Amino acid sequence: MSSKSIKDLIKSDVRITSGHRLCAGCAEGIIAKQVLMGTDKPVVVTSATGCFEVSTTIFPYTAWNVPWIHTAFANAAATCAGVEVAYRSLKRQGKIKDEMRFVTFAGDGATYDIGFQALSGALERGHQMMFVCFNNEAYMNTGIQRSGATSFGASTTTSPAGSVIPGKAEYPKDFSMIIAAHNIPYVAQASPHNWRDLIFKSERGFECGGPAFINAISPCPRGWRCPTDDTILMAKLAVETCVWPLWECVNGEFTLTAESERIAEGKQEKKPVTDWINAQGRFKHLTREKYVPIVENIQADVDKKWEKLQKLCKL
Amino acid sequence: MVDIAINGDNAIALAWRQINPDVCAAYPITPQTIIVEKFSEYVADGEVDTEFVCVESEHSAITVCAASASAGARTFTATASQGLAYMWEMLPITSAMRVPIVMAVANRAISGPININNDHGDAMSARDCGWIMMFAENVQEAYDNSVMAPRIAEHPKVQLPIMTNLDGFILTHAVERMTPIDTNDVKKFVGEYNAQYPLLDWKHPVTHGLMDGPEFYSEHKYQMVQAMDKVLEVSEEVFKDFKKLTGREYHLVEQYMCKDADYVTVVLGSSYGTMKAAVDELRKEGLKVGACMPRIFRPWPAESLVKILDGKKGVAVMDKHLGIGAYGPMYPDVVAALSTKSKMPKTYNYIYGLGGKDARVCDFKKIFKDMIAGKSKQFNFTGVEE
Repeated sequence: MSSKSIKDLIKSDVRITSGHRLCAGCAEGIIAKQVLMGTDKPVVVTSATGCFEVSTTIFPYTAWNVPWIHTAFANAAATCAGVEVAYRSLKRQGKIKDEMRFVTFAGDGATYDIGFQALSGALERGHQMMFVCFNNEAYMNTGIQRSGATSFGASTTTSPAGSVIPGKAEYPKDFSMIIAAHNIPYVAQASPHNWRDLIFKSERGFECGGPAFINAISPCPRGWRCPTDDTILMAKLAVETCVWPLWECVNGEFTLTAESERIAEGKQEKKPVTDWINAQGRFKHLTREKYVPIVENIQADVDKKWEKLQKLCKL
Repeated sequence: MVDIAINGDNAIALAWRQINPDVCAAYPITPQTIIVEKFSEYVADGEVDTEFVCVESEHSAITVCAASASAGARTFTATASQGLAYMWEMLPITSAMRVPIVMAVANRAISGPININNDHGDAMSARDCGWIMMFAENVQEAYDNSVMAPRIAEHPKVQLPIMTNLDGFILTHAVERMTPIDTNDVKKFVGEYNAQYPLLDWKHPVTHGLMDGPEFYSEHKYQMVQAMDKVLEVSEEVFKDFKKLTGREYHLVEQYMCKDADYVTVVLGSSYGTMKAAVDELRKEGLKVGACMPRIFRPWPAESLVKILDGKKGVAVMDKHLGIGAYGPMYPDVVAALSTKSKMPKTYNYIYGLGGKDARVCDFKKIFKDMIAGKSKQFNFTGVEE
């Protein structure tokens, strides 16, 4: 849980201002605000090309009250690493005195797919930076195309639910685990509905002394085909169905957190995946009778990964 | 300073050691690799304050550099061929961010077929990216350009990245005699780096790399055009200061025996030396020939070039790269520059030296002789062995 009370958090510096052009109901602004509450130190923000970048920095306007940089799509991690390495050099030479922190925000395309090489390299090199993925499960900025993070069965504009193929035919990469395999000091999955858990993870990530990675589920009402006022509800459902378990890995030790910990302990109900599927228009086709076996397969996949994660967390 | 024997890559690493940049990020690629190998030794031995970042790709190398320079650090890198091609996406972004990075490019052919030897395919494919481009005839010039480059790029009127080109293997690996500059003199000449609007000045937050709509994109590009225009006068100032320091005199366009020449070749890089040897031999035969080399290729020094070429009978433009389906990259630039004159010399384009094909004194003599005899075509693809 966050080391700060809600009274303290309310007094945090406004680092990303209102008036940006993110869609109604977009989770990205909420997540960014929560992440940036995780440190009181001066922070430089990096963004990959994507919704978040175009919505917050259309010249001559900026939504940023902190230093911010964007270069391209595939290289958000390298961009952040470049700022961090400049800081390290100038600090060592005595040209900068303050302790500073560095964070990147990137969509799932810029994390799971095109940005993976730069991210993996930056993590291996050990830059003291935090990389936050807004996982909205598709290329939303270009109009809802499937990515390596898109759920099985989801209808997107490049994996449409047709008369023969019922949406995306592949399961997403287990990306947070791939990052954990880099043996960096801090990796976590988070969700904006549980702000305490997310801010706490951000605090730990910022202060872990090396690279940190937070993968945050980021509901997108446009792409998920859900009402704009259901964003937080969707994020909560992702966790309650164990589609998106909350966990952290600190120096190689895995622990379930928040609702996921309670579900594992039997203190909270694990909701069926149909609660998640039925709430979103991108899965609408799966509610047809003929696709019952597909939904069963999706439930089996959720169960299998959840079992595996629980075992990992009990080690 | 006493003269030393050194190859081009090590000469560049030496210049960098003397300048002592804050950050260097690079990825290995032949024939550049010796630069960063040597420089990493300086880092390992504590001879520089530089943070040296061994990135996982050239795309990340140039990205780390662009971000590091935006953050406020003097930043250098080096690459070649496919490495420059892999950086391509970031080249116009870097110049649009107005960060004065110095990048050595060990010119090498672009695949395919894959070829590790020299031509100018890499640099020429990046010539429209908003980078200042310098070329060198020999190892001394590769070193001298490296010392002068940050002064030009970082000038407050310029603020653009700069590419210091040197011919792969011919200069990168060949050992030549060179006069280095005293390290303190280099430091004094280059000066302290004062970044404009650095990200790390967090009390004055700035947003770097915003999105432009049609109402601002042209305006930002036009500011770059204006900055590029300033490069010519800034370079001449820097050349003047450099002459005071070293006695070595440089120009936007170097020229050899051009004043009374009727026929002149325009050539870039190490071939300028070969061309001068050809000129010497032909002058002994009584032929009025000369050669010139743009030291600064971007911005294109049209005015200086026209002063040299105006009134000549024939001009052969030597291109070590080819826009397949059109001309070599430098030929249209020369023709466009000369078109401002009412009476243009006859112009010829020679494609030569691709993928390391040897370009000898006798080959260049033949080009002059063909030009004089009226045997040259407008477009001449040389070096094909049938």
